[in-house]
Amino acid sequence: MNPALQGLITIIIGVGGCVGYFYGANLFLDKVLFRAEGPNAGRNINRANQIRPWLFLMPALLALGLYLAYPVFATLRLSFLERLPGNEYAFVGFDNYTRMFAEPKFMEALRNNVLWLVVVPAAATGFGLLAAQLTDRLSWGNIAKSIVFMPMAISFVGAAVIFKLIYEARPEDVAQIGILNHLYLTFGGDAPRQWLQIPFWNNFFLMAVLIWIQTGFAMVILSAALRGIPEETVEAAIIDGANPFQIFFKIKIPQIMSTIVVVWTTITIATLKVFDIVFAMTNGQWETQVLANYMYDKLFRANDWGMGSASAMIIMLMVTPILVWNVYNARKEMQ
Amino acid sequence: MDAMAGRKPAVVWALNISVVLLVALWLFPTLGLLISSFRTGDQITASGWWSALFPAEQTMQIRVADPDDNRVDLGNGRFMVEGNIFDGAGFAGELNAWGTSSRRLGEFEPGVAADLGDGETLTLQADGAYIWEGNDDQISGRAQRVFLDVVTPPDFTLENYNFVLFDENNSEGMAKAFFNTLTVVIPATIIPILIAAFAAYALAWMDFPGRAILIAIIVGLLVVPLQLALIPLLSLHNAIGIGKGYLGVWLAHTGFGLPLAIYLLRNYMVGLPRDIIENAKVDGATDFQIFTKIILPLSFPALASFAIFQFLWTWNDLLVALVFLIDASGQTTVMTKQIVELLGTRGGDWEILATSAFVSIAVPLAVFFAMQKYLVRGLLAGSVK
Repeated sequence: MNPALQGLITIIIGVGGCVGYFYGANLFLDKVLFRAEGPNAGRNINRANQIRPWLFLMPALLALGLYLAYPVFATLRLSFLERLPGNEYAFVGFDNYTRMFAEPKFMEALRNNVLWLVVVPAAATGFGLLAAQLTDRLSWGNIAKSIVFMPMAISFVGAAVIFKLIYEARPEDVAQIGILNHLYLTFGGDAPRQWLQIPFWNNFFLMAVLIWIQTGFAMVILSAALRGIPEETVEAAIIDGANPFQIFFKIKIPQIMSTIVVVWTTITIATLKVFDIVFAMTNGQWETQVLANYMYDKLFRANDWGMGSASAMIIMLMVTPILVWNVYNARKEMQ
Repeated sequence: MDAMAGRKPAVVWALNISVVLLVALWLFPTLGLLISSFRTGDQITASGWWSALFPAEQTMQIRVADPDDNRVDLGNGRFMVEGNIFDGAGFAGELNAWGTSSRRLGEFEPGVAADLGDGETLTLQADGAYIWEGNDDQISGRAQRVFLDVVTPPDFTLENYNFVLFDENNSEGMAKAFFNTLTVVIPATIIPILIAAFAAYALAWMDFPGRAILIAIIVGLLVVPLQLALIPLLSLHNAIGIGKGYLGVWLAHTGFGLPLAIYLLRNYMVGLPRDIIENAKVDGATDFQIFTKIILPLSFPALASFAIFQFLWTWNDLLVALVFLIDASGQTTVMTKQIVELLGTRGGDWEILATSAFVSIAVPLAVFFAMQKYLVRGLLAGSVK
């Protein structure tokens, strides 16, 4: 069947099914199961209202349970198993983990991921804060913000192509078409460099892509937070003779600290899961491996589900502190 | 009031200049790709994209037309070849200077008749027209070489887009992948919205035991990496017969998009005025009516924000498509996957790469600029408390 047609039918079935479910189940509850008439009308209405929330929640809970909650446990289980020929599994304890930690490529991925986690959120939040502050009172600030925000819409793969063009190196005797090598040679570099093939430093050239994408996100949110700062606090500081830097670092930053933390953790999560950029630009060669790409390698190239799941659990483990912190905050806020 | 910028012109200038630099830094990467997508492969390798916007001065070596085929007998043993040097060169430009030897480039001005010895002359005009004249011996055999110093105007072409999108013989074209991406994205955007809206209403405005815990769980699920879901769900899809295909990828995107959808919509719905909902209840409206007639229309901004997020995310996704959609036949490849393939096979063909990448970037960019307001609102609802 034509995929477009299939898509159209899916939309109709999906949307129709959802509407039908919600409408039908609601009708069934009110008109069949607990009719709001007769001697028990009051009790029936109460009962129906107890069940209704679950009716509304059911599809979402099913999808969440199946697609997000169940996999966490299934992956945990797989990480302790070894897949044998013939769709059989053997329990191997922590064997997958010990084998993984003995692999230099895994340690490289772990080191790089930590490096990404340190650099990207800090740089993106920092640039975002800078952009938010600089454009704050500018007449053309909104246009500037739009442009810094724009990479948000660009896919990691698209950004990978964009930055590959920037890092492109051509032989020394012909014109350089990568702007980085062009600038490097213009400002006294001796020979064009293959930027993505210089171990260790190439990690930073990959990180630049994610920083470029995430800065806009940080800027938008921090810009709103900066605008939310009460004017009086800044005015009072000016009257007291504070210089602009003191106002920024001692008055404004402390007041938006909670927002900075939210931005920082959100970008941290995105960084932890980074896959497309490395996959498209170096595929983990030249010591640029990261956990998500390592996991993909293990799962779909080496077909080693045990080690693949074990590395996925490492990613989960690294997310867990943020998860706990987010849940704690959400609960605190609701009370 | 304007503490950072101050009132001093110098500070205002410094501020403006630093923002210009910042904007340039963020704009130029994309601009480079866009400009490259309108240049031919030869142009891209000859000079950086930043020089494409200005007339380029370049030296090149061209031969005049073959004398044995083109010469005209002038009588008295004199022969002549007439033509335009840019014919067949594939471009046109303005001649600055020219020469007949690689050692003396730019020896002659345009319009000057160069004496090549023994009465052989060559005259070259600024527009490339030339007359080459001499005796039988001179105007035969190999054609005369000329070294040109030309200024070519900025030259852009739509040929790359034509090739990438509409060329039937191009097996690496983007047209199919474009429609595949669209087929993935539309159901994967619409279905989670509907499911999430009902759930968000229940979590925002209906009172039932366990509500707070559910909200906490959803906040937790927001950050669960979808990497964990790959193998268990692929096994599940294979076990229940969905396998790799559109249905699988729609379901996966729905599942992965739901926590953010529910979270955003609930946060928005909770903020709706309590009076409206209570008045409606007093007037005898059921929850279902309140939801469809009041909450849903009022929540349009939040629905739009999530729709944009989900659209961008599914359009730009690579991993979920790789795992749940693209099978060995490659018939269902999406644009991101196609570009990764091209990076491998056509790594140096920047005209193809840049154009293919821009085809995939163009739609999200258009959506971004058209709906930026909702995107910003959604981000703020999701992050600032």
